Amino acid sequence: MPRLSVEDLSFAYRDRQVLRGITFSVDAGEVLGLVGPNGCGKTTLIKCVDGMLTPDGGQVVLDSREIRTMHRREVAQAMAYVPQSAGNRTAATVFETVLMGRRPYLNWTVSRADEEKVVAALDALDLGDLALRRVGELSGGERQRVMIARALVQETGAILLDEPTSNLDVCHQMGVMEVLRGLAEEKGLSVVIALHDLNLAATYCHRLLVMKAGSVYGYGAPAEVLTEEMLRTVYGIEAVVKRDLAAPYVVPVRPGSLRGGA
Amino acid sequence: MEQSIVIQEGYARLKKTRALFIGGLLAALTVLVGVAVTLGSADFTVAESYLAILAGLFPGTFTAPDMAGIIVWDYRLHRVLFAVAAGFGLAVAGSVMQGILRNPLASPFTLGIASAATTGASIAIVLGAGVVGGEYLVIGNAFLFALLAALAIYGMARYRGIGSETMVLAGIAIMYLFSAVTSLLQYVGSAEQLRAVVFWTFGSVDKSTWPKLAIVSLVLACTIPYLLYRAWDLNALAEGDEVAAGLGVPVERSMIVFMAIASLITAVIICFTGTIGFIGLVAPHITRMAIGGDFRTLLPASGLVGALLLLGADSIARSVLAPQILPVGIVTAFLGVPFFIYLFMHRREA
Repeated sequence: MPRLSVEDLSFAYRDRQVLRGITFSVDAGEVLGLVGPNGCGKTTLIKCVDGMLTPDGGQVVLDSREIRTMHRREVAQAMAYVPQSAGNRTAATVFETVLMGRRPYLNWTVSRADEEKVVAALDALDLGDLALRRVGELSGGERQRVMIARALVQETGAILLDEPTSNLDVCHQMGVMEVLRGLAEEKGLSVVIALHDLNLAATYCHRLLVMKAGSVYGYGAPAEVLTEEMLRTVYGIEAVVKRDLAAPYVVPVRPGSLRGGA
Repeated sequence: MEQSIVIQEGYARLKKTRALFIGGLLAALTVLVGVAVTLGSADFTVAESYLAILAGLFPGTFTAPDMAGIIVWDYRLHRVLFAVAAGFGLAVAGSVMQGILRNPLASPFTLGIASAATTGASIAIVLGAGVVGGEYLVIGNAFLFALLAALAIYGMARYRGIGSETMVLAGIAIMYLFSAVTSLLQYVGSAEQLRAVVFWTFGSVDKSTWPKLAIVSLVLACTIPYLLYRAWDLNALAEGDEVAAGLGVPVERSMIVFMAIASLITAVIICFTGTIGFIGLVAPHITRMAIGGDFRTLLPASGLVGALLLLGADSIARSVLAPQILPVGIVTAFLGVPFFIYLFMHRREA
C-alpha cells in the first residue's frame, strides 16, 4: 500500500480548470518527480496535495487518512512542504529558522530534545558551521538546504518540494538532489518534487509524472516516460533522448536541425 | 558531536542576550518613570515627588506635602504611565503588522489607520458630527474611523484574496483617501477649527487621565498575552504565508485575527493621543536589530523600547521649552526621522 496516493484530483481557480483527473501514488522511500512546462499545474498540484488548496474533486490519502479530514497541525506533522520561493530575508538565524519546523509540535517553550533534533537536521544537511549565521546572509544553495532541514525536523513521512533547485548551479542542484534521494532511501521518506530540469529528474527520481495542461500525460520510470514523442507533444520541442547512460539524457536540438541527419 | 555543543551553546547565548536586553530595558524604564515623575513646573524636590507617590500608595505610612501629592497624583503620574502604555502598545502593534505583512514599512501609519483616525477627529472638530456625543465626540470618532480603515483594508484584501502585498497596497490607498478627506475638512473649516485639527495631528499625551489610562491598559492586558501565546504562529507567518501554512498555521484566519488585534490596540491609543508617529515603525526595527525576530521576545522587548521612546520623548517635550510643553508627536518625529534614514542607509536583511 503506497504511503501517499492521489486519486482523480481536480481543481479550478474560479472558472479556470487547472487540474483534471490527476492520479498517482508514492511509496515509502520513493522519489517522484513532477515535470511539465511552465503553467501546467505543478505548483497547484503540490498545494492541493498538502491541503492548502481544497480540490474540487478527488482525494488525497496519506497513511490511510484522507487529508481533508485532518486538522492543519496534523497535516503538518505528516507532510512537510518547501515552497518555491523558499527562504526570505528575515533576520532569524539558521538555527531558529530550522527550529520553526518544530512548530507543529511546540507549545511555547523549546525542549532540549527539540534543540537536538534541529542539530541533527543541520548535521544531515551539512549546515553545522552556519547554524548561528543569519539566513539572509547565506547563498541560494545554503538557503535551500536550510529549508530542507526545516522540513526534516517536522519529522514527516512525506516531503513536497516545489522546484528546490531552480536557482542553483549544477553542483548545488546535485547536492540538494543527493540529499533528498539519500533521505528517501535511508529514512524511508516519500518525496514529491517539482522539477524543470528533465535530466536532473531522470537521474534522481524513481518515477516521473509528466503533466500537460493540468492532466497527466505520462507516469512511470524515467526511461519509459522520457521519449522524443513526449518532448514533442508536451514541450513542443525536438530533442534526442540518449539511452547509453545510467539514466535517459535529453538533448534538445534547434528546430529543423535534425532533418539533415544528425 | 563537538559541533552540536557549540551550536546549542550559541543558541543558549542568544537566549541569554535576549533576557538581558529585556531586563535592561525594564530597569531603564523604571528609572525613566522615576525621573519623569519629578519633571514639571511645580517647585518641589525629587525626594518630595517620590514621597508623594508613596504617600498615595500607602497613606498611613508616608506623608507628603499637600501640593506635591495633588500635583503628582492628579497631573503627572497618569501622564507618565499613559506614555508608557501608549508606547508599549504602538510598538507591539507595529511589530505584529511588520511581521505578518513581512514589510519593514508596515505600521499603523503607513496602513492608513492613523490617517483614518485623523479624519474621524476632523469630522468631529469641524462638523461637530459624531456617533458618541459630548466629551468623547472627538475620541469616539477617531476610534471608529481607525477601526473602519482596518475593516476597509481587510475587505479589499479579502476581495482580492488575502496576501501581504494586497494588504499593504490597500492600506496605502486608504491612507491617501482619508488624507484627502481631512484636507477637504481643513479647507472648509474655520481658522479655529483648523488649529484644533492640526494640533490633533501633532499627537500628545497632554489629555491623559486615569480612566483613559485604565481603558488602554485593559485592552493591552487582554490582547498582549494572546499575541505572546501565539508567538510561534507569528514567527511562522513572518517567514511567508506558504511556509506558515506548511507548518500547520491556519493562515487566513490568523492574519485576520492578528490584524484586528493590532488595529484595535492602535485605535484605542491614537484616539486619545492623536497621531504619534514613528514609535510603531521604529521600535520593532531597533529591537530586531538588537535581539532578532523571535516573537516570543520581540513582542515584550519592542513594547519596552516603544515605552522608553515615547516616555523619553515626552520628558524631552516637557522640559526642553519648560514651562511650555511641546506635543510629543513632534519630538518622536525628530528622534524617529534620523533613525529612519539611518535604517535606509544601513538596511541589511532586517
